[in-house]
Amino acid sequence: MLRFSVVKLSELKPGESAVIEHIGDESLSAKLFEMGCLPGEPVKLKFIAPFGDPIAIKVAGYTLVMRLSEANIVDIRKL
Amino acid sequence: MTGLSQKTGNFPGTTVESHKGTVTIDGETSAEIIDLPGTYSLYPKSDDERVAVAALMKADKPDCAVVVADASNLKRSLLLCTEIIDLGLPTVLALNMIDIAHKKGLEIDILLLSEQLGIQVIPVNARKRSGIDDLKLAMKVAKPAAKPFYKVPAAIMQFLDELKPVIDGPNNYARLIQAHQVSQASHSKQNIHGIFEKYHFDSGHLQQRETVERFRHIDFVLVDCLSRNTHPEFDKATTFADKILTHKYWGFLIFFGILFTLFQSIFNIAQVPMQLLETAFENLQGVMHESMAAGWANDLLADGVVAGLGGVIVFLPQIIILFAFITILEDSGYMARVSFIMDRMMRSFGMNGRSVVPLIGGMACAVPSIMATRTIENTRDRLITIMVIPLMSCSARLPVYTLLIGLIAPEEYIFGFIGVQGLLLFLMYLVGFVSAMLSAFVFKLILKSKGKNHFVMELPIYKWPSGRNLWYSVFERSKTFVLQAGYIIVAVSVILWYLGSHGPGNAMQDIDKKYSSIDANADPQIAAQQKQTEKLEASYAGRFGQFIEPVIRPLGFDWKIGIALLSSFVAREVFVGTMNTLYSIGNDGQTVQEQLRNRYTPVTALSLMFFYAFALQCTSTIAVVYRETKSWKWPAIQLVFMTALAWLSSFAIYQLGK
Repeated sequence: MLRFSVVKLSELKPGESAVIEHIGDESLSAKLFEMGCLPGEPVKLKFIAPFGDPIAIKVAGYTLVMRLSEANIVDIRKL
Repeated sequence: MTGLSQKTGNFPGTTVESHKGTVTIDGETSAEIIDLPGTYSLYPKSDDERVAVAALMKADKPDCAVVVADASNLKRSLLLCTEIIDLGLPTVLALNMIDIAHKKGLEIDILLLSEQLGIQVIPVNARKRSGIDDLKLAMKVAKPAAKPFYKVPAAIMQFLDELKPVIDGPNNYARLIQAHQVSQASHSKQNIHGIFEKYHFDSGHLQQRETVERFRHIDFVLVDCLSRNTHPEFDKATTFADKILTHKYWGFLIFFGILFTLFQSIFNIAQVPMQLLETAFENLQGVMHESMAAGWANDLLADGVVAGLGGVIVFLPQIIILFAFITILEDSGYMARVSFIMDRMMRSFGMNGRSVVPLIGGMACAVPSIMATRTIENTRDRLITIMVIPLMSCSARLPVYTLLIGLIAPEEYIFGFIGVQGLLLFLMYLVGFVSAMLSAFVFKLILKSKGKNHFVMELPIYKWPSGRNLWYSVFERSKTFVLQAGYIIVAVSVILWYLGSHGPGNAMQDIDKKYSSIDANADPQIAAQQKQTEKLEASYAGRFGQFIEPVIRPLGFDWKIGIALLSSFVAREVFVGTMNTLYSIGNDGQTVQEQLRNRYTPVTALSLMFFYAFALQCTSTIAVVYRETKSWKWPAIQLVFMTALAWLSSFAIYQLGK
């Protein structure tokens, strides 16, 4: 059986991959959904800005930037 | 597509308003093309996106919509495309950047995609201008898709039917989108809200559901139309560049280095063409003085118009370098990385990463940069950015700085390659930046943030700036600078020339009489110079300058600078033209800079430079701030605080350095 754990996107380390599970906030999910960040979509943390915030992720074949406060509302499933 | 010269950039937000152009489709048909700001969907989140969606929804909507999609990022581009199809508009999908998609290892089956979407799909290459003729033909024959891509859920059909009398629209989906917009607006008709409440209309929830549905369907379509071969080299190069440009130390160091190089080259590279232009204008002035009959027309043209205009045109080489640099930074995709690394810092000052591009653009001109703040979703962050952009030293200050730096610093080099004058210029721009950040911090303490504050942004892929785009944007921006400066300067020069050579009553004639009776032993050259000075002092302009002198004397300025300050409230660059005109009235063969050096101390020049760094002397900025904030309150506050800042800093510098 596959074992997985649900964590926040903000907890991902550079190079790690996961699958989006759920986005907690409605106005943020409206924004993220239309940019291709949908539940079930694989994401990978690419790099982090100099002060540890914001972060850049790879999703749906391109690079997307968001703040830690936003990544904190995104639940992900690590395989 | 129209060959229209327009600025494009490699990040969302370069186009923040619609642009129009006309194109000939074939022999007899021509069409008006409207270029709209980019948006990710028909649910706008910022003001630039609202402009785009409103244009597609209004009663006088376009005959055909062309959705330009990034082929290397097809899935996300198709969201907007399928939404527009469902509005019932004849739609054509233009697939751009197929070459980059190939590099990424993506293959698109265009025929199948066209069949699945029910519209024409045309591959184009905007850079090489290929596929444009096919696109024109496709527009001519475009029809609405036969069936909608997304079916409006049956559960809300009754709701939409009830809305029919109050919300007009060609089909159910168009009415639904309008219902969403009405629900977002702060005030709307009572009866509409009654219907919303009756059906528990939840805009956010419906929107999410629709987006998920659409992407599911798009995924389904793409399984057949899109095939992927991995090309790790492309990814590797981008990742490597990102690693360095967003690095803890290297990232900032590179950004700083780029700006430093910019100001060095503004001085060093522009030197030769500037000298050529200066000589050309001096010669022109000389030729005009000699070839035309002496008299007021001669004086007006040579001393008024040519001197004033020449004073500003000379700076064109510097302005071209500045514009070229900024265009390259925007086009390459680098500015998006700068927004990314600066976001955390900007947040401490009440702004966000998206404020960086308008702020840097403020070094060229505040007016388009203030419009570019439309991409900032948060109202407070946007307002603060608008308020501080005019503190960034713009290209109109460049001529003023250059003239004054010439009075302060020698044309020498440290270590043989770092120009002292270029260094000083860099410091002045730094002063502008630091004052903008500090003012932003003060505004942050006063203004409270309301509403959501998201920073979600796409990092575009790196591209070599296209030569054509570079040429267009530099040419257009320079043309605007020359024309705008030209009109104002010609007008101001003419008025100034009149005010500087005419006086109230018989003042002028009296001075003429006084000098004609002076005894012949006096040196005629000195006498002539004294006569000119007295005349200028007695003129309308002179009297006006003397009238305001008490206010500016503590800053180290005399009445001649006073005249220049007043005339440059229309636009800053007028200062140089005014000084040229004032010092051309009765000059004795010295260049303006030599005369200024004899007359003013370096402390006065420094004080004056700080005055120009902070003062809001630009009517266009005031107008655009009014337009973007829809209130006179903000431009008024801006004018007061910047003028106070300018006066106080000049006062401090002059009093300390005197």
